[in-house]
Amino acid sequence: MKGVHKPLICCAAFAICLLVATHAALAFTNAPAIGESLPPFKLPIPQDARAERYLGLSGPGQFTIAQIEAKVVIIQIFSMYCPVCQKEAFRVNKLYSTIQKRKDLKDKIKMIGIGTGNTPFEVGFFQKKYEVDFPLFSDENLSIHQILGELRTPYFIGVKINRDGSNEVFYSRLGQFRDVNSFLKRIVELSGL
Amino acid sequence: MVSKKYGSIFCVVGLLAIFSWASSAHGRSDAYKENIYPVGKLKPTDSVLKVKVGERAPDFTLPAVQGGKVTLSQYLGKKNVVISFVPAAWTPVCSDQWPGYNIAQDFFDQNDAILLGITVDNIPTLYAWTNQMCLGDETLWFPVLSDFYPHGTVAKKFGVLRSDGVSERALFVIDKKGIIRYIDVHDINKRPRLEDLVRELEKLEK
Repeated sequence: MKGVHKPLICCAAFAICLLVATHAALAFTNAPAIGESLPPFKLPIPQDARAERYLGLSGPGQFTIAQIEAKVVIIQIFSMYCPVCQKEAFRVNKLYSTIQKRKDLKDKIKMIGIGTGNTPFEVGFFQKKYEVDFPLFSDENLSIHQILGELRTPYFIGVKINRDGSNEVFYSRLGQFRDVNSFLKRIVELSGL
Repeated sequence: MVSKKYGSIFCVVGLLAIFSWASSAHGRSDAYKENIYPVGKLKPTDSVLKVKVGERAPDFTLPAVQGGKVTLSQYLGKKNVVISFVPAAWTPVCSDQWPGYNIAQDFFDQNDAILLGITVDNIPTLYAWTNQMCLGDETLWFPVLSDFYPHGTVAKKFGVLRSDGVSERALFVIDKKGIIRYIDVHDINKRPRLEDLVRELEKLEK
Protein backbone atom coordinates (compact mmCIF):
# COMPACT_ATOMS: atom_id res chain seq x y z
CA MET A 1 0.00 0.00 0.00
CA LYS A 2 2.76 2.36 1.08
CA GLY A 3 4.75 1.62 -2.08
CA VAL A 4 1.81 2.44 -4.32
CA HIS A 5 1.30 5.85 -2.75
CA LYS A 6 4.93 6.92 -2.60
CA PRO A 7 5.03 8.11 -6.25
CA LEU A 8 1.86 10.09 -5.68
CA ILE A 9 3.37 11.82 -2.67
CA CYS A 10 6.53 12.56 -4.68
CA CYS A 11 4.40 14.03 -7.49
CA ALA A 12 2.50 16.24 -5.06
CA ALA A 13 5.74 17.40 -3.41
CA PHE A 14 7.22 18.17 -6.84
CA ALA A 15 4.09 20.14 -7.78
CA ILE A 16 4.36 22.18 -4.58
CA CYS A 17 8.03 22.94 -5.24
CA LEU A 18 7.23 23.91 -8.82
CA LEU A 19 4.42 26.24 -7.78
CA VAL A 20 6.56 27.91 -5.11
CA ALA A 21 9.49 28.28 -7.50
CA THR A 22 7.42 29.66 -10.35
CA HIS A 23 5.35 31.98 -8.19
CA ALA A 24 8.17 34.40 -7.36
CA ALA A 25 9.36 34.58 -10.91
CA LEU A 26 5.91 34.65 -12.46
CA ALA A 27 5.98 38.35 -13.31
CA PHE A 28 9.10 37.93 -15.39
CA THR A 29 9.07 34.48 -16.90
CA ASN A 30 6.29 35.41 -19.30
CA ALA A 31 7.56 38.89 -20.15
CA PRO A 32 8.00 39.51 -23.90
CA ALA A 33 11.28 37.87 -24.84
CA ILE A 34 13.90 39.49 -27.00
CA GLY A 35 14.08 37.87 -30.43
CA GLU A 36 10.52 36.56 -30.18
CA SER A 37 7.31 37.96 -31.61
CA LEU A 38 5.20 40.10 -29.33
CA PRO A 39 2.32 38.01 -27.97
CA PRO A 40 -0.68 39.01 -30.11
CA PHE A 41 -3.28 41.45 -28.80
CA LYS A 42 -5.49 44.12 -30.29
CA LEU A 43 -6.19 47.73 -29.37
CA PRO A 44 -9.05 49.97 -30.49
CA ILE A 45 -8.26 52.35 -33.36
CA PRO A 46 -8.20 55.79 -31.71
CA GLN A 47 -11.20 58.05 -32.34
CA ASP A 48 -8.91 61.05 -32.19
CA ALA A 49 -7.88 61.99 -35.75
CA ARG A 50 -4.41 63.13 -34.71
CA ALA A 51 -3.62 59.84 -32.96
CA GLU A 52 -5.10 57.92 -35.89
CA ARG A 53 -2.88 59.81 -38.33
CA TYR A 54 0.18 59.36 -36.13
CA LEU A 55 -0.29 55.60 -36.08
CA GLY A 56 -1.21 55.45 -39.78
CA LEU A 57 -4.55 53.78 -39.07
CA SER A 58 -8.07 54.53 -40.20
CA GLY A 59 -11.65 53.60 -39.55
CA PRO A 60 -13.35 51.98 -36.60
CA GLY A 61 -12.31 48.62 -35.23
CA GLN A 62 -9.10 47.30 -33.77
CA PHE A 63 -5.46 47.05 -34.76
CA THR A 64 -2.40 45.02 -33.92
CA ILE A 65 1.01 46.50 -33.15
CA ALA A 66 2.32 45.28 -36.52
CA GLN A 67 -0.31 47.39 -38.29
CA ILE A 68 1.15 50.63 -36.96
CA GLU A 69 2.85 52.58 -39.74
CA ALA A 70 6.39 52.41 -38.41
CA LYS A 71 9.55 50.35 -38.40
CA VAL A 72 9.79 50.40 -34.64
CA VAL A 73 7.12 50.76 -31.96
CA ILE A 74 7.97 51.63 -28.36
CA ILE A 75 5.27 50.42 -26.00
CA GLN A 76 5.15 51.88 -22.52
CA ILE A 77 3.18 49.82 -20.01
CA PHE A 78 2.11 52.30 -17.35
CA SER A 79 -0.54 53.03 -14.75
CA MET A 80 -2.07 56.29 -13.64
CA TYR A 81 -1.64 54.93 -10.12
CA CYS A 82 2.06 54.11 -10.48
CA PRO A 83 4.32 56.66 -8.73
CA VAL A 84 7.28 55.87 -11.00
CA CYS A 85 5.13 56.35 -14.12
CA GLN A 86 3.96 59.71 -12.79
CA LYS A 87 7.49 60.82 -12.08
CA GLU A 88 8.73 59.40 -15.38
CA ALA A 89 6.04 61.07 -17.49
CA PHE A 90 8.05 64.18 -18.33
CA ARG A 91 10.99 62.05 -19.49
CA VAL A 92 8.79 59.82 -21.65
CA ASN A 93 7.27 62.96 -23.16
CA LYS A 94 10.78 64.19 -23.86
CA LEU A 95 11.57 60.93 -25.61
CA TYR A 96 8.50 61.42 -27.83
CA SER A 97 9.35 65.04 -28.65
CA THR A 98 12.99 64.15 -29.34
CA ILE A 99 11.88 61.49 -31.83
CA GLN A 100 9.40 63.90 -33.42
CA LYS A 101 12.14 66.48 -33.90
CA ARG A 102 14.45 63.99 -35.62
CA LYS A 103 13.58 63.89 -39.33
CA ASP A 104 15.44 60.61 -39.69
CA LEU A 105 13.39 58.94 -36.94
CA LYS A 106 9.95 60.53 -36.68
CA ASP A 107 8.31 58.34 -39.31
CA LYS A 108 10.21 55.24 -38.28
CA ILE A 109 9.64 55.16 -34.52
CA LYS A 110 6.16 55.44 -33.03
CA MET A 111 5.19 55.34 -29.38
CA ILE A 112 2.10 54.15 -27.56
CA GLY A 113 1.21 53.66 -23.90
CA ILE A 114 -1.04 51.03 -22.36
CA GLY A 115 -2.61 51.83 -18.99
CA THR A 116 -2.64 48.61 -16.97
CA GLY A 117 -5.88 48.23 -15.02
CA ASN A 118 -6.79 51.82 -15.85
CA THR A 119 -10.23 52.81 -17.10
CA PRO A 120 -10.46 55.06 -20.19
CA PHE A 121 -11.27 57.93 -17.79
CA GLU A 122 -8.11 57.25 -15.78
CA VAL A 123 -5.98 57.01 -18.93
CA GLY A 124 -7.53 60.25 -20.21
CA PHE A 125 -6.81 61.93 -16.87
CA PHE A 126 -3.17 60.78 -16.94
CA GLN A 127 -2.82 61.97 -20.54
CA LYS A 128 -4.20 65.42 -19.73
CA LYS A 129 -2.38 65.79 -16.41
CA TYR A 130 1.04 65.05 -17.91
CA GLU A 131 0.28 66.45 -21.40
CA VAL A 132 1.15 63.19 -23.10
CA ASP A 133 1.14 63.71 -26.87
CA PHE A 134 1.39 60.10 -28.05
CA PRO A 135 -1.62 57.74 -28.01
CA LEU A 136 -2.51 56.02 -24.74
CA PHE A 137 -4.86 53.06 -24.42
CA SER A 138 -6.81 51.54 -21.57
CA ASP A 139 -6.35 47.95 -20.42
CA GLU A 140 -9.10 48.17 -17.83
CA ASN A 141 -9.83 44.46 -17.56
CA LEU A 142 -6.10 43.54 -17.49
CA SER A 143 -6.40 41.33 -20.57
CA ILE A 144 -3.25 42.75 -22.18
CA HIS A 145 -1.55 42.65 -18.77
CA GLN A 146 -2.17 38.90 -18.70
CA ILE A 147 -1.05 38.39 -22.31
CA LEU A 148 2.20 40.30 -21.78
CA GLY A 149 3.16 38.33 -18.67
CA GLU A 150 1.80 40.48 -15.85
CA LEU A 151 4.42 43.16 -16.12
CA ARG A 152 5.04 45.71 -13.41
CA THR A 153 5.00 49.37 -14.32
CA PRO A 154 6.62 51.19 -15.95
CA TYR A 155 7.78 48.64 -18.50
CA PHE A 156 9.15 49.41 -21.96
CA ILE A 157 8.95 47.10 -24.95
CA GLY A 158 10.65 47.82 -28.27
CA VAL A 159 9.13 46.03 -31.24
CA LYS A 160 10.55 45.91 -34.76
CA ILE A 161 7.94 45.69 -37.53
CA ASN A 162 9.21 43.64 -40.45
CA ARG A 163 8.25 44.16 -44.10
CA ASP A 164 6.34 40.89 -44.19
CA GLY A 165 4.09 42.10 -41.37
CA SER A 166 5.77 40.00 -38.71
CA ASN A 167 7.33 41.61 -35.66
CA GLU A 168 10.19 41.03 -33.27
CA VAL A 169 10.80 42.23 -29.73
CA PHE A 170 14.27 43.77 -29.42
CA TYR A 171 13.88 45.56 -26.07
CA SER A 172 11.99 44.43 -23.00
CA ARG A 173 12.77 45.99 -19.65
CA LEU A 174 11.18 46.98 -16.35
CA GLY A 175 11.72 50.38 -14.77
CA GLN A 176 12.43 53.94 -15.72
CA PHE A 177 15.14 54.99 -18.12
CA ARG A 178 17.38 57.71 -16.74
CA ASP A 179 18.54 59.45 -19.87
CA VAL A 180 16.45 60.11 -22.97
CA ASN A 181 19.30 60.36 -25.45
CA SER A 182 21.07 57.21 -24.37
CA PHE A 183 17.76 55.31 -24.30
CA LEU A 184 16.95 56.48 -27.83
CA LYS A 185 20.46 55.63 -29.01
CA ARG A 186 19.99 52.13 -27.58
CA ILE A 187 16.63 51.73 -29.31
CA VAL A 188 18.15 52.77 -32.64
CA GLU A 189 21.13 50.44 -32.24
CA LEU A 190 19.19 47.42 -31.02
CA SER A 191 16.51 47.73 -33.68
CA GLY A 192 19.08 48.16 -36.44
CA LEU A 193 17.41 51.30 -37.79
CA MET B 1 -5.23 7.86 7.37
CA VAL B 2 -3.62 7.70 3.95
CA SER B 3 -6.46 9.55 2.22
CA LYS B 4 -6.35 12.22 4.95
CA LYS B 5 -2.67 12.76 4.13
CA TYR B 6 -3.44 13.11 0.41
CA GLY B 7 -6.29 15.45 1.20
CA SER B 8 -3.91 17.80 3.02
CA ILE B 9 -1.31 17.61 0.23
CA PHE B 10 -3.82 18.42 -2.48
CA CYS B 11 -5.28 21.21 -0.36
CA VAL B 12 -1.82 22.79 -0.14
CA VAL B 13 -1.29 22.40 -3.91
CA GLY B 14 -4.72 23.89 -4.56
CA LEU B 15 -4.13 26.84 -2.26
CA LEU B 16 -0.76 27.55 -3.85
CA ALA B 17 -2.32 27.43 -7.29
CA ILE B 18 -5.00 29.93 -6.20
CA PHE B 19 -2.32 32.09 -4.55
CA SER B 20 -0.25 32.16 -7.75
CA TRP B 21 -3.28 33.18 -9.77
CA ALA B 22 -4.51 35.81 -7.35
CA SER B 23 -1.16 37.54 -7.02
CA SER B 24 -1.25 38.53 -10.66
CA ALA B 25 -4.81 39.78 -10.83
CA HIS B 26 -3.75 43.44 -10.72
CA GLY B 27 -1.05 45.72 -12.02
CA ARG B 28 1.80 46.76 -9.76
CA SER B 29 4.21 49.64 -9.69
CA ASP B 30 7.96 49.13 -9.59
CA ALA B 31 8.10 51.85 -6.92
CA TYR B 32 7.89 49.22 -4.21
CA LYS B 33 10.34 46.70 -5.76
CA GLU B 34 9.93 43.38 -3.92
CA ASN B 35 8.44 44.93 -0.79
CA ILE B 36 4.76 44.31 -1.42
CA TYR B 37 3.42 41.43 0.61
CA PRO B 38 1.34 39.07 -1.56
CA VAL B 39 -1.95 38.65 0.26
CA GLY B 40 -3.62 36.46 -2.35
CA LYS B 41 -7.28 36.71 -3.23
CA LEU B 42 -9.37 37.70 -0.23
CA LYS B 43 -13.05 37.54 0.60
CA PRO B 44 -14.41 40.62 -1.22
CA THR B 45 -16.03 42.15 1.90
CA ASP B 46 -16.03 40.92 5.48
CA SER B 47 -17.86 43.37 7.71
CA VAL B 48 -21.28 44.91 8.34
CA LEU B 49 -21.75 48.63 7.78
CA LYS B 50 -22.87 50.61 10.82
CA VAL B 51 -23.67 53.82 8.94
CA LYS B 52 -25.96 54.71 6.04
CA VAL B 53 -26.16 57.38 3.37
CA GLY B 54 -28.15 60.31 4.81
CA GLU B 55 -26.89 59.74 8.37
CA ARG B 56 -24.43 61.88 10.27
CA ALA B 57 -20.89 60.49 10.08
CA PRO B 58 -19.48 59.39 13.45
CA ASP B 59 -16.87 61.84 14.69
CA PHE B 60 -13.31 60.73 15.39
CA THR B 61 -9.84 61.98 16.12
CA LEU B 62 -6.77 60.18 14.84
CA PRO B 63 -3.02 60.90 14.68
CA ALA B 64 -1.69 61.86 11.27
CA VAL B 65 1.56 60.62 9.77
CA GLN B 66 2.36 64.24 8.89
CA GLY B 67 2.15 65.12 12.62
CA GLY B 68 -0.63 66.27 14.98
CA LYS B 69 -4.17 64.94 15.09
CA VAL B 70 -7.10 65.28 12.76
CA THR B 71 -10.72 65.42 13.90
CA LEU B 72 -13.49 64.86 11.38
CA SER B 73 -15.71 67.59 12.87
CA GLN B 74 -13.02 70.23 12.30
CA TYR B 75 -14.20 70.29 8.67
CA LEU B 76 -17.88 70.94 9.53
CA GLY B 77 -19.14 73.90 7.52
CA LYS B 78 -15.75 74.26 5.86
CA LYS B 79 -14.96 71.28 3.62
CA ASN B 80 -16.57 68.23 2.11
CA VAL B 81 -14.64 65.17 3.25
CA VAL B 82 -13.71 61.95 1.47
CA ILE B 83 -12.52 59.16 3.77
CA SER B 84 -10.50 56.46 2.03
CA PHE B 85 -10.02 53.40 4.18
CA VAL B 86 -7.44 51.01 2.73
CA PRO B 87 -6.74 47.62 4.29
CA ALA B 88 -3.03 47.71 5.04
CA ALA B 89 0.31 49.23 4.16
CA TRP B 90 2.69 47.30 1.90
CA THR B 91 -0.04 45.24 0.27
CA PRO B 92 -1.14 45.10 -3.38
CA VAL B 93 -3.87 47.44 -4.64
CA CYS B 94 -3.60 49.64 -1.49
CA SER B 95 -0.10 50.63 -2.53
CA ASP B 96 -1.41 51.85 -5.89
CA GLN B 97 -4.62 53.53 -4.75
CA TRP B 98 -3.40 56.62 -2.91
CA PRO B 99 -0.67 57.52 -5.44
CA GLY B 100 -3.56 57.94 -7.90
CA TYR B 101 -5.42 60.26 -5.53
CA ASN B 102 -2.16 62.09 -4.98
CA ILE B 103 -2.18 63.35 -8.58
CA ALA B 104 -5.95 63.97 -8.56
CA GLN B 105 -5.99 66.80 -6.02
CA ASP B 106 -7.67 69.10 -8.56
CA PHE B 107 -10.84 67.00 -8.47
CA PHE B 108 -11.00 67.45 -4.68
CA ASP B 109 -10.17 71.17 -4.81
CA GLN B 110 -12.76 71.84 -7.51
CA ASN B 111 -15.39 70.30 -5.24
CA ASP B 112 -14.16 71.94 -2.05
CA ALA B 113 -13.23 68.57 -0.57
CA ILE B 114 -10.41 67.19 1.54
CA LEU B 115 -9.28 63.58 1.47
CA LEU B 116 -8.46 61.66 4.64
CA GLY B 117 -6.61 58.38 4.15
CA ILE B 118 -6.98 55.86 6.98
CA THR B 119 -5.43 52.46 7.68
CA VAL B 120 -5.08 50.38 10.87
CA ASP B 121 -1.27 50.53 10.60
CA ASN B 122 0.89 52.42 13.07
CA ILE B 123 2.56 55.75 12.29
CA PRO B 124 6.11 54.46 11.63
CA THR B 125 4.78 51.91 9.12
CA LEU B 126 2.65 54.54 7.41
CA TYR B 127 5.62 56.90 7.35
CA ALA B 128 7.81 54.39 5.51
CA TRP B 129 5.03 53.33 3.16
CA THR B 130 3.86 56.80 2.16
CA ASN B 131 7.47 57.93 1.70
CA GLN B 132 7.92 55.08 -0.75
CA MET B 133 4.72 56.13 -2.55
CA CYS B 134 6.25 59.53 -3.09
CA LEU B 135 9.62 58.03 -4.03
CA GLY B 136 11.21 59.78 -1.11
CA ASP B 137 11.18 63.37 -2.32
CA GLU B 138 7.65 64.64 -1.78
CA THR B 139 4.75 64.01 0.58
CA LEU B 140 1.13 63.15 -0.11
CA TRP B 141 -1.07 66.25 -0.22
CA PHE B 142 -3.72 64.74 2.08
CA PRO B 143 -3.53 63.64 5.75
CA VAL B 144 -2.85 59.95 6.30
CA LEU B 145 -4.32 58.82 9.62
CA SER B 146 -3.44 55.88 11.82
CA ASP B 147 -6.33 53.87 13.27
CA PHE B 148 -3.84 51.62 15.03
CA TYR B 149 -4.57 52.06 18.73
CA PRO B 150 -7.04 51.21 20.14
CA HIS B 151 -6.99 48.98 17.12
CA GLY B 152 -9.41 49.85 14.30
CA THR B 153 -11.67 52.01 16.47
CA VAL B 154 -12.75 54.28 13.63
CA ALA B 155 -13.10 51.44 11.13
CA LYS B 156 -15.32 49.72 13.70
CA LYS B 157 -17.45 52.86 14.15
CA PHE B 158 -18.15 52.93 10.42
CA GLY B 159 -18.57 49.15 10.27
CA VAL B 160 -15.66 48.46 7.94
CA LEU B 161 -13.32 46.50 10.23
CA ARG B 162 -12.84 43.00 8.83
CA SER B 163 -12.65 39.91 10.99
CA ASP B 164 -8.85 39.67 10.48
CA GLY B 165 -8.28 43.18 11.90
CA VAL B 166 -7.68 45.15 8.70
CA SER B 167 -10.23 47.55 7.28
CA GLU B 168 -12.23 47.20 4.11
CA ARG B 169 -11.25 49.13 1.01
CA ALA B 170 -13.98 51.73 1.50
CA LEU B 171 -14.84 55.26 0.45
CA PHE B 172 -17.15 57.59 2.37
CA VAL B 173 -18.13 60.98 0.98
CA ILE B 174 -19.31 63.35 3.72
CA ASP B 175 -20.74 66.79 3.02
CA LYS B 176 -20.00 70.03 4.88
CA LYS B 177 -22.91 69.37 7.22
CA GLY B 178 -21.31 66.09 8.28
CA ILE B 179 -23.87 63.96 6.45
CA ILE B 180 -22.74 60.83 4.59
CA ARG B 181 -23.59 61.22 0.89
CA TYR B 182 -21.88 58.17 -0.63
CA ILE B 183 -20.53 54.84 0.58
CA ASP B 184 -18.51 52.37 -1.46
CA VAL B 185 -17.36 49.31 0.44
CA HIS B 186 -15.38 47.96 -2.44
CA ASP B 187 -14.22 44.46 -3.25
CA ILE B 188 -10.96 44.45 -1.28
CA ASN B 189 -9.15 42.84 -4.24
CA LYS B 190 -9.98 45.68 -6.62
CA ARG B 191 -9.30 49.39 -6.86
CA PRO B 192 -12.32 51.72 -7.01
CA ARG B 193 -12.59 53.57 -10.33
CA LEU B 194 -11.53 57.20 -10.11
CA GLU B 195 -14.51 58.40 -12.17
CA ASP B 196 -16.99 56.97 -9.65
CA LEU B 197 -15.50 59.08 -6.89
CA VAL B 198 -15.27 62.16 -9.14
CA ARG B 199 -18.94 61.76 -10.07
CA GLU B 200 -19.92 61.71 -6.38
CA LEU B 201 -17.73 64.71 -5.61
CA GLU B 202 -19.42 66.68 -8.37
CA LYS B 203 -22.82 66.08 -6.79
CA LEU B 204 -21.79 67.88 -3.59
CA GLU B 205 -22.62 71.47 -2.72
CA LYS B 206 -19.53 73.57 -3.21
